[in-house]
Amino acid sequence: MKRLSLILVLAFVAATLVTAQDIKVGGVGPVTGEAATFGVSTKNGVMLAAEEWNAKGGLFNNRKVRVIFEDDKGDPAEGATVYTKLIQQDNVVAIIGTVMSKVTLAGAPIAQAAGVPMISPTSTNEMVTKVGDYIYRACFIDPFQGTVGANFAFKDLGARKAAALFDIGNDYTKGLAENFRAQFLKLGGQVVAFEGHPFGATDFKAQLTKILAGKPDVLYVSDYYNDVGLIAKQARELGFTGPMVGGDGWDSPDLVKIGGNAVNNGYFTNHYAAADPRPIVQEFVKKYKAKFGAEPDALATLAYDAANIMFDAIKRAGSTKGSAIRDALKTTNLNVVSGQVTFDANRNPIKAAVIIEMKDGKQVFKTTVNP
Amino acid sequence: MGAIFNAQQIVNGLQVGSIYALIALGYTMVYGIVRLINFAHGDFYMLGAYAAYGVFFAFNALFVGKTGLMAFVVLIASMAAGGLIALLTNRLAYKPLRYKPKLSSLITAIGVSMFLEYFLSALPVVGPSYRSFPDILPRVNINLGNAVISNYVIIDIVIAAVLMVGLTLLIKKTTLGMAMRAVSQDKDAARLMGIDIEKVIAFTFLIGGSFAGAAGLLAGMTYPRIVPYMGIQPGLKAFIAAVLGGIGNIPGAVLGAYIMGLAETFASAYNSLIGEGIAFAILIVVLLVRPRGLLGEKFADKI
Repeated sequence: MKRLSLILVLAFVAATLVTAQDIKVGGVGPVTGEAATFGVSTKNGVMLAAEEWNAKGGLFNNRKVRVIFEDDKGDPAEGATVYTKLIQQDNVVAIIGTVMSKVTLAGAPIAQAAGVPMISPTSTNEMVTKVGDYIYRACFIDPFQGTVGANFAFKDLGARKAAALFDIGNDYTKGLAENFRAQFLKLGGQVVAFEGHPFGATDFKAQLTKILAGKPDVLYVSDYYNDVGLIAKQARELGFTGPMVGGDGWDSPDLVKIGGNAVNNGYFTNHYAAADPRPIVQEFVKKYKAKFGAEPDALATLAYDAANIMFDAIKRAGSTKGSAIRDALKTTNLNVVSGQVTFDANRNPIKAAVIIEMKDGKQVFKTTVNP
Repeated sequence: MGAIFNAQQIVNGLQVGSIYALIALGYTMVYGIVRLINFAHGDFYMLGAYAAYGVFFAFNALFVGKTGLMAFVVLIASMAAGGLIALLTNRLAYKPLRYKPKLSSLITAIGVSMFLEYFLSALPVVGPSYRSFPDILPRVNINLGNAVISNYVIIDIVIAAVLMVGLTLLIKKTTLGMAMRAVSQDKDAARLMGIDIEKVIAFTFLIGGSFAGAAGLLAGMTYPRIVPYMGIQPGLKAFIAAVLGGIGNIPGAVLGAYIMGLAETFASAYNSLIGEGIAFAILIVVLLVRPRGLLGEKFADKI
């Protein structure tokens, strides 16, 4: 009996010695619930990144990374619980998560208070990183798309006169349009019309007629795909043949179903495009497909990027101390799938957006635009 | 101001007005005959759009290359769907309450409206999400110099005009029309004259519903995105148009609808928020200043 317990103790000590080598990192995402596909993609992305780092020999001093992935079910209360569990029970050194802004906003204060650095792959709400200096994100925030859209319209499309149409009842579309206008004016362009439309409208001809009277070279439409389809159709009906530019709200197969040919000569900003020819993108797409049997979506990509940003910071910090990792995150300058990433003072990434062109009813990778 | 009041905006307004007119006619006819504001009327419009959608995809293969014939079949389907559901609604929901207090029918109408919207949303074949409406006819733009008119605008206006002329002839020239006029003037006297009132009422629902169905098809073609709740807003606007023209008055409904369409277009061009509210502003002004509406009868009672 004595010998058995001795063996057990030795085994336990050995086990702790071995696992102490592993660096524990938390992952959080809504693997079940209303946003389950988001959560599964996120988990896939994080796990793939961890596997690659471990295959290369770990983060530093041959210490491998072990991801403990928890399900927040898309629920803020559940999110707070799993953040607490990861930090207090599992003693993770950093957290990658979570997807939905409302859940991230519940978890971020817990990570901040405990001094555990975290990076959200896809929470676009501006408030998220304002929680504190330990909170980062891997996606660009909404208004940034307006800025990129303006750069693309002015420099790549050569437009000098622009007009914008947006939903007055929606902060996302309004924010994009306002940032588009600000940037387009800054570049020296002219904004001939800046029109809102009410939520749920189906007839946009009154606004479009007014907009087109100013003869714009480009029409910026920051709505979601189902409105964009109608707007595009009516704009073409009123004789507008120029290009239309929008944000990632366009990214749906329904855009073409509703808008038909009218959405051709349309361009929108997005986080990433699977058809982007950069080798890092193609390599990621290939690996992801081989492992999970599907093309990675934007969520998987941003989760993969977020994990790589965090692992890279831990490696550069050479430590598992929260403050050391935080300081390393601040000086990130890394080439990831969605572009070359650095962080601004508010811990939002500064990186390129891709432009996707609607051509013959299909999404085609057009170019990458730097901020 | 050139961007707000110009030929193009007038065309835009007439197109919106045509769709409102077809819906408003049903509102006003039913009110004229049974003194009921049929709030489910906007949903007959929605059913028309869905019927057209279903028939198009069910029979598309049979009509390859015959788009004109297809358009005609779809028009008939949408009118039949709107008309038959209206007939059924009258038979099941309104007839049993015909001689009960007015408020019962009014509340029933709201109930029918909600039933149709939520029942269709719950049906797996329809569902609550947007569906994209197919292009039944190819789109052609006609440039008139200071205005661009698409063939869809012409189709909307022409179909609305043809149906409205047909209705006027029916009411003015046929015995059935005469019976409708009689019932609307004095139900009891009409009954004493041997008119089958229920038959006349049923017929009124059939025509009103089929016009709403046709409007649904036109809306589906013009704004190719349909959803079970699509009837609420246009139904409300058309109701206001009917009140503006004088509810119960058929030319009034058409006049009111075109005024509404133009007013909304001009106001939206000026400012979107004003455009959204103009219909309700018109309603308030009409109720305050001229409650019987532009062409309404002098002593008609109003809801």
